[in-house]
Amino acid sequence: MLTYTIRRVLSLIPVLFGMTLVVFAIIHAIPGNPAQVILGQRATAEAIATLTKELGLDRPWYIQYFDYLGQLFQGDLGTSLRTRGPINEEIWPYLGATFELTLVAMIIAVIVGVNAGIISAWFSKSWFDYAAMVFALIGVSMPIFWLGLMEQWVFSIELGWLPTTGRENVRDPVTSITNLYLIDTLLQGRTDQFWTVVQHLILPSMALATIPMAIIARMTRATMLEVMKSDYVRTARAKGLSMFWVVYKHSLKNAVIPVLTVIGLQTGLLLGGAILTETIFGWPGIGRYLYDAIAYRDYPVIQSGILIIATIFVLINLLVDLLYVFIDPRIKYNK
Amino acid sequence: MNTKNKTFKWLLISLLAISMFLVGCSSKSNEKTGGKSANGSQSKKDTLVYGRGGDSTSLDPITTTEGEAFKVTENIFETLVEYGDQDTTINPGLAEKWEVSEDGLTYTFHLRKGVKFHDGTDFNADAVVFNFNRWMNGNDEKFPYYSMFGGYKNDEGHVIKEVKAVDEHTVQFVLKRPQAPFLKNLAMSPFGIASPSAVEKYGDDFRSHPVGTGPFKFVEWKQNDTITLEKNPDYWKEGLPKLNKIIFRVIPENTARLNALANGEIDVMDGLNNSDEETVKSNPNLQVIERPSMNVGYIGLTTTRKPLDNKLVRQAINHAVDKKAIIDAFYGGKAEAAVNPMPPSIEGYNDAIEDYPYDLEKAKALLKEAGYENGFEIDLWAMPVARPYMPEAQKVAEVIQESLSKIGIKAKIQSVDWATYLEKATKGEFDMFMLGWTGDNGDADNFLYTLLDKDSIGSNNYTHYSNDELHEVLIAAQTETDQAKRNELYKKAQEIIKEDAPWVPLVHSTPLLAASKDVVNYLPHPTGSEALTKVEFK
Repeated sequence: MLTYTIRRVLSLIPVLFGMTLVVFAIIHAIPGNPAQVILGQRATAEAIATLTKELGLDRPWYIQYFDYLGQLFQGDLGTSLRTRGPINEEIWPYLGATFELTLVAMIIAVIVGVNAGIISAWFSKSWFDYAAMVFALIGVSMPIFWLGLMEQWVFSIELGWLPTTGRENVRDPVTSITNLYLIDTLLQGRTDQFWTVVQHLILPSMALATIPMAIIARMTRATMLEVMKSDYVRTARAKGLSMFWVVYKHSLKNAVIPVLTVIGLQTGLLLGGAILTETIFGWPGIGRYLYDAIAYRDYPVIQSGILIIATIFVLINLLVDLLYVFIDPRIKYNK
Repeated sequence: MNTKNKTFKWLLISLLAISMFLVGCSSKSNEKTGGKSANGSQSKKDTLVYGRGGDSTSLDPITTTEGEAFKVTENIFETLVEYGDQDTTINPGLAEKWEVSEDGLTYTFHLRKGVKFHDGTDFNADAVVFNFNRWMNGNDEKFPYYSMFGGYKNDEGHVIKEVKAVDEHTVQFVLKRPQAPFLKNLAMSPFGIASPSAVEKYGDDFRSHPVGTGPFKFVEWKQNDTITLEKNPDYWKEGLPKLNKIIFRVIPENTARLNALANGEIDVMDGLNNSDEETVKSNPNLQVIERPSMNVGYIGLTTTRKPLDNKLVRQAINHAVDKKAIIDAFYGGKAEAAVNPMPPSIEGYNDAIEDYPYDLEKAKALLKEAGYENGFEIDLWAMPVARPYMPEAQKVAEVIQESLSKIGIKAKIQSVDWATYLEKATKGEFDMFMLGWTGDNGDADNFLYTLLDKDSIGSNNYTHYSNDELHEVLIAAQTETDQAKRNELYKKAQEIIKEDAPWVPLVHSTPLLAASKDVVNYLPHPTGSEALTKVEFK
């Protein structure tokens, strides 16, 4: 188990290397000179040429690449061309905002999705099953943009229950410690602020949860249906165990592996920043940070941002692989 | 069957519980009230939340050209002279009064006494000298707008020979040659005077720790989220500012921002869609605020490319664009059809010039005269981004395409990302293209010379239009200090441009803002950024 973990972590290195190379190649292949964007519409040709040189963008791409790698090895993610701030410092609040939103969204998606899937499988071909699967289909294909605006309209404007946008009540701002406001407010004993933060999380996390929820529900239903047909389930029932027990303990444990894989992949995806949700709900997350960076040709931010997201993605998948062992003792990684 | 029923019951109960939770949450928020005094009793609102589409990239105004940055820094920094509340006339600012020498080469400013920076240090002549020396020793990348003074210290074009402190409260600018828009330049947001000790203390980091003399002090910046400013209690203007706090908040999506306004989470919103104007007007709690126009949206006709190198073809295209239809359809009627390359609000505007009327027969006749009786094919480039002067470039392009087809010109609509768009336009690689400009200092020079003089080819003269007669007129206007004579020169320049038709001037648009009904004295400035000194709640 330990050697497996070490091996997996080590195998990360070439993956990430390859990734930096691919990202680097792509962003240098897309047209648009950062110097032009930095200097804006008012720039003269000489000014653009001078800045291009100053930023080292006139050098061959492989020299730029190795320069970047060199920095990276010293733990320096570079400096944003747009804000001139060090990315090492700048990126944390964005990651915090995205992490908090993802966490809440995934909790909703998992609780609702898994249960809807189980109940659909349990009462398969009932009206609940059909309704849930129609909803899941709608959920998978829902335009988030539209959904987000509708949520704001219904829950904020019409009902007046929840705030439309943002992470906090800006008139009573949260003092940031960990960049996770749920934790920060509790650390400071501000339960009133904690509830405001929760309120701000509800609409965006519901919007963000829709797609993963639907995918998880469909996956759970499919694998549960499979498992519930197996002999041991029939045996358990025949021995007089209650259906609830059979479903939630015996069947779920065997059905959960593929579901867990999907959960891992979805969490990784969401942590990469959900640009649409973040845009509509004015959420200062990593997706918008990267989106702005791309529009601005902010090469260092694009490179380092994607690198960090990829690392998180790979780590989450590693975590999922390791979880398999705990859930299903038949899985062993050591030969 | 029994278990089934039970499960459904549980489902219902949990749904109910969730909705109760949502309702329960909502009652605790004080989000919708502007400001409460410390003991919780309701007092007059004094915190204003300003919702906008993008974040600042820097809070040191000289380091950027981005409008979003100035919206904030205008409140923190002040300039030697100031624009009028809603126009670009020149008024006293940090300088109480000033004298200009006969030859227009020496400007002597008498500074306001007793003004302090937010860090407690004194504002004086040395501070002014410090700031100008800092800027002129920079370059295009560090202090881009300083090029309004013709370049940087060692550049030939740089107009400022010297800035010196005569005594503690008198500062003198000696110029190498007269620069007519000199005072108008000084009033621009980027030239806000910063505290020298803070600049030295923070170095490059001054961009996130701004210290000026303005009505509000910087408090906090949460990137891509909020910027908080609070009242400067020692502000030199008696009884101002009215507000206690301003929070600039980023909500990128226009409709979501309007939702936030309707829900009371923000008090003012920038960038209202023209199509949402009616929604705001029909809401009794909201109001629409119009920003005076200082922009122009246009179709450039690159004069170096065939067949646009033929003046008759350019004039024909001018006859074939129905500006009124475009304005009614895409600007909600909130724009003025443009006749000249600069808006009428700017001194020197020539209102005697008549526009090429929308006349397809005339257009066809001109094309025939030019030898293009059967028309031709051409690329029409549409901007990939929305700007106040061009909110929906793609759709406007379609209308123009349709009009052109009626005179036999087959236009193919093209687009590319913004960075590449500007790059290609600068190089003159487009046939027809859409672009626009928002004025920097409210001077005619900033439109005509910047956008259409032959000196500006390679920067903002995207049509590569070159006319020596025009060049002479524009250069003469740059050095003439008598404003009446300048105005005559600019009127002449507009005639030349009209005849040569390097553009189809389309519109001068009126950007819209929306605010909660109780916001009063909000005076939007044509430059796009204003200090919220006088704003208050009813």
